[in-house]
Amino acid sequence: MSIPADLKYTKSHEWVRIEADGTLTVGITHHAQDLLGDMVFVENPAVGRSLNAGEECAVVESVKAASDVYAPVAGEVVSSNSEVESSPEKINQDAYGAWMFRIKPANAADVNTLMDAGGYEAHVASEAH
Amino acid sequence: MSELKKTPLNDTHRALNAKMVDFGGWDMPVNYGSQIEEHHAVRRDAGMFDVSHMLPVDVEGENARAFLNQLVANNIDKLKEPGKALYSCMLNEAGGVIDDLIIYWRGDNRYRIVVNAGTADKDLVWMFKQAEPFGINLVPRRDLAMIAVQGPNARQKVWNAMPGLEDVTADKKPFNAVEIGEMFVARTGYTGEDGFEIMLPVKAAPFFWQALIEAGVKPCGLGARDTLRLEAGMNLYGQDMDETTSPLESGLAWTVDLQSERGFIGKSALQQSEITHQLAGLVLQDKGVLRAHQKVFTRHGEGEITSGTFSPTLEKSIALARIPLGIAPGEEVEVEIRDKKLKAKVVKYPFVRNGKSLIG
Repeated sequence: MSIPADLKYTKSHEWVRIEADGTLTVGITHHAQDLLGDMVFVENPAVGRSLNAGEECAVVESVKAASDVYAPVAGEVVSSNSEVESSPEKINQDAYGAWMFRIKPANAADVNTLMDAGGYEAHVASEAH
Repeated sequence: MSELKKTPLNDTHRALNAKMVDFGGWDMPVNYGSQIEEHHAVRRDAGMFDVSHMLPVDVEGENARAFLNQLVANNIDKLKEPGKALYSCMLNEAGGVIDDLIIYWRGDNRYRIVVNAGTADKDLVWMFKQAEPFGINLVPRRDLAMIAVQGPNARQKVWNAMPGLEDVTADKKPFNAVEIGEMFVARTGYTGEDGFEIMLPVKAAPFFWQALIEAGVKPCGLGARDTLRLEAGMNLYGQDMDETTSPLESGLAWTVDLQSERGFIGKSALQQSEITHQLAGLVLQDKGVLRAHQKVFTRHGEGEITSGTFSPTLEKSIALARIPLGIAPGEEVEVEIRDKKLKAKVVKYPFVRNGKSLIG
């Protein structure tokens, strides 16, 4: 299972990277893309939108199914990756490279609510049963 | 998970690292890696599906033809030569669809019906009940496995895997079958491509599957089977029609014989019914993916998508939708996807046949 140690994770299968400037880069995990299969559609949140923690803010669709993507913490969308919207298959090819959007968190300490790689691995294992 | 039913190829799928899912109580492969690659393999070369969850039911007896003519909506008398296949709906008294199926004439008083997996149990109950007055034998054949090999190169690759089959199947036209001992080879399918559906004894299935892999046939899961059949404009039971819908409002009027004198179950209900809806093809004009149960807005009122997906061949989203009569191909409608209304064009389907797009 591919779960990079330097990222944070949510129970709803988003990964989060804490950037040097304090913004958070968000994508969906390798495990999530594996469950969904071939990606064919991505819709990112608009830049400037303010999000509550856990709010539905983006959509990924595979041939098989649509899945919501949730804001890992509260904050404002500062950037959106149009490349994954035009080429959704990039998420299948490299889930941790194909980021979706960046958030400026309302409260920097909120990242502490997220899981580390070990916590996420245990979470995935628990969902397998 | 332990209660899921398994086909004779279950171990084979697991050895190939298939992603397995619960498909109507059966443990079935949804893909072996990439659904889109499997889809393209069938459109461009050859792919195969384990469809052993479907059930062959043999019908034998002097009154077999009379029984079938009452049981199904299509006209069995279209079966003029042994080996010929007929697609039909089996209706209830109200004219709703109990199942859709294929009937093969095996010669004399012998027929084989292949029914859907998810409906097999209720189908058998219904068929045994209807068969009583006819004094015929109905034999469910769980001792047979079924493998569908589909694609422009499917027949050649089957022949490469089993050289003996070429002589006996090369002259068979589409929708015809031939039997070689316990092997039943039909030139039928559910993808819009050429190919065979092959029934054979359970014990022989893993060996045959392996021989096909060695001949270059790509294993394909039920995911690709669904996108292929939808591109080919073929109905899926339980989605595009069921016991509450009329075949005449499900794009299946061509399979319902209201011309001949014979009285099949559901006929009078259909004759008295008022038809207000049609099944139409949709192609999404905006970005997104059409899915079953999304609402469709037309100038004659609302409709609903019955099957929707992303079409790997067209690289657009397509759907079948039940919409009001009077909406014609070329017209634009709106589909509600999440909180938005997106534009879709009504088209004649099939969308794809023999590898080629049929829409403008």
